[in-house]
Amino acid sequence: MSVIYSDYNVGAGLSKALEMTPEQVIETIKESGLRGRGGAGFPTGMKWEFARRAEGDERFIICNADEGEPGTFKDRELLRDMTPVLLEGMAIAAWAVGARRGFIYLRGEYRYLLPVVNGAIEEARRAGRLGSLKDGFEFDVEVTLGAGAYVCGEEMALIESLEGVRSGEYRNRPPYPVEKGFINMPTVVNNVETLIKAAKIMAHGSGWFRQYGTEKSTGTKLISVSGDVAQPGVYEIPFGMTIHELLKMVGGLGAKAVQVGGASGICIPSEEFSTRTIAFEDVPTGGSVIVFGPGRDMMEVLENFMEFFCDESCGYCTPCREGNVVLLETVRKIRSGQATRNDVDLALGLCSTMRLASKCGLGQSVPNPFESIMGHFGDEALARAGERR
Amino acid sequence: MAEMVNVRINGIETEVEKGTTILQLARKLNIYVPTLCAHPDLRQAGACRMCVVEVKGMRTLQSACSFPITSEMDIFTTTAKVRKVRRDILALLLKNHVGECQTCKRNGNCELQRLAAEFGLHDYLYGKRTERRYSVDDTGYAIVRDPDKCINCKRCVRTCSDIQAVGVLGTLYRGADTKVTTFMEKNIAETLCVNCGQCINRCPTGALTEKDATSAVWEALEDPNKHVVIQTAPAPRAAIGELFGLPAGTSMTKKMNTALRLMGFDRIFDTNTSADLTIMEEGTELLIKLKKVYIEGMSKDEAGLPGITSCSPGWIKWIEQFYPEYLPKLSTAKSPQQMFGALVKTYYAQKMGIDPANIVSVSLMPCTAKKFECERPEMRDSGYKDVDYVLTTRELGAMIKEAGIDLPNLPESEFDSPLGLGSGAGLIFGATGGVAEAAARTIWYIVTGENVPMKNLEVVPLRGFEGVKIATLPKIEKTAPGWEFMKGIVPKIAVAHGLANAKKLMDMLKAGELEDVFCIEVMACPGGCLGGGGQPQPTSPEIREARMKAIYEEDRHLPYRQSHENPYVHQLYEEFLGEPMGELSHKLLHTHYCRRSRRM
Ligand SMILES: Cc1cc2nc3c(=O)[nH]c(=O)nc-3n(C[C@H](O)[C@H](O)[C@H](O)COP(=O)(O)O)c2cc1C
Ligand code: SF4
Ligand code: SF4
Ligand code: SF4
Ligand code: SF4
Ligand code: FES
Repeated sequence: MSVIYSDYNVGAGLSKALEMTPEQVIETIKESGLRGRGGAGFPTGMKWEFARRAEGDERFIICNADEGEPGTFKDRELLRDMTPVLLEGMAIAAWAVGARRGFIYLRGEYRYLLPVVNGAIEEARRAGRLGSLKDGFEFDVEVTLGAGAYVCGEEMALIESLEGVRSGEYRNRPPYPVEKGFINMPTVVNNVETLIKAAKIMAHGSGWFRQYGTEKSTGTKLISVSGDVAQPGVYEIPFGMTIHELLKMVGGLGAKAVQVGGASGICIPSEEFSTRTIAFEDVPTGGSVIVFGPGRDMMEVLENFMEFFCDESCGYCTPCREGNVVLLETVRKIRSGQATRNDVDLALGLCSTMRLASKCGLGQSVPNPFESIMGHFGDEALARAGERR
Repeated sequence: MAEMVNVRINGIETEVEKGTTILQLARKLNIYVPTLCAHPDLRQAGACRMCVVEVKGMRTLQSACSFPITSEMDIFTTTAKVRKVRRDILALLLKNHVGECQTCKRNGNCELQRLAAEFGLHDYLYGKRTERRYSVDDTGYAIVRDPDKCINCKRCVRTCSDIQAVGVLGTLYRGADTKVTTFMEKNIAETLCVNCGQCINRCPTGALTEKDATSAVWEALEDPNKHVVIQTAPAPRAAIGELFGLPAGTSMTKKMNTALRLMGFDRIFDTNTSADLTIMEEGTELLIKLKKVYIEGMSKDEAGLPGITSCSPGWIKWIEQFYPEYLPKLSTAKSPQQMFGALVKTYYAQKMGIDPANIVSVSLMPCTAKKFECERPEMRDSGYKDVDYVLTTRELGAMIKEAGIDLPNLPESEFDSPLGLGSGAGLIFGATGGVAEAAARTIWYIVTGENVPMKNLEVVPLRGFEGVKIATLPKIEKTAPGWEFMKGIVPKIAVAHGLANAKKLMDMLKAGELEDVFCIEVMACPGGCLGGGGQPQPTSPEIREARMKAIYEEDRHLPYRQSHENPYVHQLYEEFLGEPMGELSHKLLHTHYCRRSRRM
C-alpha cells in the first residue's frame, strides 16, 4: 500500500491537470478529500479555491519546507527523493489558483539539499515542467532558505520571513494568506507532502486516493518515528491506524506513551494505544511520532518541551511570551517536589487562555502537550513529589 | 457606497461598513473593550491580546483591535471566557512588571494600573518579580527609559518608526527575553533619537517618561537670591486643563498665570513675544533670500530657497542627521524659546538692573526636545545658559498639584511686562501651519502694505491636520514701494507635521517637486506643538483637534493678530536689538547647525 512511493512517471499529474480547467483541478482535489499534511489538516481543494477567488493582481504558491517540528524529518526525505514531483504539485496548484511564481521555503538546516532542489528545478525547466507550461500560463519556482526559527514554519511568519520582516511582527489574521499573503496578494501555503500528494492525485484520480484512510482523513500519511523503538524512520501509513498497530510496525510495543504531532502535539498514554487512531478527527499529526519507553520520566519530557517553547516563542503576544515561562516553572516545581495541586490547576487554567488568545498556532498549541502529559502523568508526579517531601 | 455587513454584537443587531474592526464597531456602540497595544494614531498590532472577544463559530478568541469584519458574524465582548482570558493576560503582564505605582510618574494616569483596577485584581495570580531585570536609562537630556515597566506593547516602536521616521526603538530577543529597546541597545543619548517625546505620549505605562526638571525648578523658586522668570509657550495653555479633569481644548492661559505666581515665579512672560520676533527675523531672512533671487539673479538653491523653519528642535536634530545637505536652507533664526532665553539674560536683565547670573530662566513647553535644545552648546549667547530649565506641560501640572493649587478654580491674571505680550500670530505657532500662517500675515503686509486677503486674517489653506499641506496664496497684485519685484508672484507654502510627513516633504524637495514653494514649515510633532511630546497623555486625533480649536479661538480675540503689530516687538528693536537681521539680532537670535552622522 503506497501513495507517496507508488509508481509514477514524472510529469503525468501535471499533463493531466493542464488538460483540465483550473476549476476541474480544484474539483478533483476536493473529491479526493486531501487535507494539509503540515499539521492543521485544512482541506487543500478549499484552500486553492479561496485563493483562486480572492482579489489580487498576482497570486503565489509557497511550499512550506521548513520542517521545524521536533522529531519530524519526512519532508527532508521527500525533498531528497521527490523534488521533481513536488515541483509538479506546485505547478498544478499554480494552474488551479492562477499563480505565476512559487517559492520553496527551505529549512536553514537543509541547506545541504540546495543542489538537489536547484538541480531538480533546472531539470524541470529544461523538460518544460516549469516555465511556459501552456498558452498564456507560465510558472516558475525559486528557493529561499529559512530564517532558522521554529515559528517561521507557521504560514504567516513564513510569509513575513520571505518578505524580510521580523517574524511574527504586525501581521494579524484575518485576512488569511489565501486572501492577503505574500506582498498582500492571494497566496497558497502548502506542505511538501501535500503538494506531492496533489500531483499523484491528478495522475491517478481521486478515487484511487480515497481507497486509503478514513472518511474524514483520506489517503495516507508520512510519519517520522523516533524515540524508544527498534526501527525508527519514515513510514507511510493509512489514516485510521491505531497507535498499537503503529508501535507494532516500528518495534515499539511496551512503550509508556507516544507523543504524536511533535512538541506541539498530544501525548497518548499506553491505556489508549489500541483505541486512539492517527487521523485528523482523532489524533492529528504533521508527521512526528515520538515513542517513550517505560523508563522515561514524563515530567522531564514535558520540561524539555516547555524549554523548547520558551526558546521558540517569538515573544510578540502576551499569552505565549509570558505564559510559557509560567508553564515551565510549574513543571520544574513539580520535579523539585515543590508544587501543589493548586499550582497545577492554575497552569491548566493558563493553558486554556493560551489556546484561546495566543496570536498564532505556536502559542495556541502549547497546551496540547502540557494538558495531555499533565493530565496523564501529573497526579503520579505530584504524589511522588509528595512522598519525597 | 461602501459595502455593508450585518453583525450582531452582544445581541445588538447592526450594520457596519466592510473592513471595520470589531473594536471600531464596539466603540461606535459605546461597548467597552479594554486595549493596551491599540492606539488611535498607530497601525494595529494585535500584540497584547487584551481586547480579545468571542466570535461565534470560531475556535479561538479574536483580537478586536485587529479583526476586520468582512462577513456576517455574532460577537460577544464579555463572556466568562473573555473575562478569564483578560484577567490572565493582565496577571501575566504584571508578573514581570517591576515598579511601584506610588513612585511612578504615571501614577493615576497609567493604562496598566487602570486596567488592574477595572478588573479588580486582588493578587498576582502568576507571581510577581521584585528584582529588576534591566536598568533605567537616563543618559539623555529629554527621554528616560525604564524597561522594567515595559509591557512590550510596541506603541513606542510604531510611533518612532511610523510617525517620526526615526526608528531607534525596536524589539530584541525572543520569548520571555523579548525586550523593546534602542538600536543596538545603546544608551538613548547615543542614538539617533530626536527627543520628540512622541513615544512617551503613546506609552501606556511609566516605561517612558521625560527627564525631570521639577526638583531643580522648585529649588530655584525657594532660593531667595534667585530671580526666577518663566516663559510659557502657547500649546500648554490649551492642554494643561486635561491634567485637572477638564476637557481637552479648555484654554487656561490666565489661570495658569495666577498659578505660576502662587508658586513663586518672579515674572511670568509669554513665549509668543519671541514668537513674534521669530517671525520678524525669519520673515526678513526669507525676504532677503527672495531679493537675492529676483533682484540679484541668484539661483533659488544658492539663495537658500525654499526657506525652512527652524523652531522645532526635534526637527532640527532630525534634519541634521538625515538631510544635512539641506541645512543651508534652514532658517538660522532660533526657536522662540531660545530667543526668549537670550533676551531674558541680556535685554531684560539690563532693563531691570539684575545681574544675569542671578536670573533663573525657566520655560514651560509642550515639548521634550526643548530640554535637549536648551543644553546645546550654541545656546549660550547671553554669556550664560540662555534657558536653564524646561518644564513640560505634564511637569508643570504635577508641580501645581503638589503645591495644592486648584488650577481650574483660580482667578485669572495677566502676563508681566515687558516680555508678556504676544500677538495672535505668535499664539498660533502652537498648531501645525501656524508658523507659516503667522509668517504669511507679516510678509504679505511688508510686501503689499496691506493685510493678507483672507477673512479674519485666517489663512485657512494652511490649517488642519493633513500630513503634508501645500497652500497657494493669492497672486500678489499690488506691492509696497521697494517690493515691485514681487508683483505677479503666487506664493506657495508647504507644511508638514510629524517627521514621517517631513520626510515625505523632503523627498519631494529632493525630487524637485517643490520648485515654486517659498517656504516650508516643519513641526516634529503630529498636530504641531499642541501634540508635543510633553503634553498630557493620552493623545488622539480628537484631543489634538480640540486643542487646536482652542488656540485658533484665542487668536481670534487677541488685540494684536500680526507679529509686526506687536508694540513690544517694536520697542525691543528700538531700545535694544536695532533691526531684524541686524548685528545684535544676529548674535542673540540666530544660530548655526551641525551636520550629524546618521550612523551611530
Ligand atoms: C509554530 C508552527 C510551526 C509550523 N511549522 C510548519 C512546518 O515546518 N511545515 C509545515 O508544512 N507546516 C508548518 N506549520 C503549519 C503551517 O502554518 C501551515 O498550516 C501549513 O504549512 C499549511 O500547509 P498544508 O495545508 O499543506 O498543511 C506550522 C504551524 C505552526 C503554528
Ligand atoms: S503565539 Fe507565540 S509565537 Fe505566536 S505570535 Fe504569539 S508569541 Fe509569537
Ligand atoms: S507603570 Fe503604571 S502600573 Fe507600573 S508602576 Fe507605573 S503607574 Fe504603576
Ligand atoms: S523621543 Fe522621538 S525619536 Fe526619540 S525614541 Fe521617542 S519617538 Fe523616537
Ligand atoms: S516602552 Fe511603553 S510604549 Fe514602548 S513597548 Fe514598552 S510599554 Fe509599550
Ligand atoms: S489592544 Fe488588541 S491586541 Fe492589544
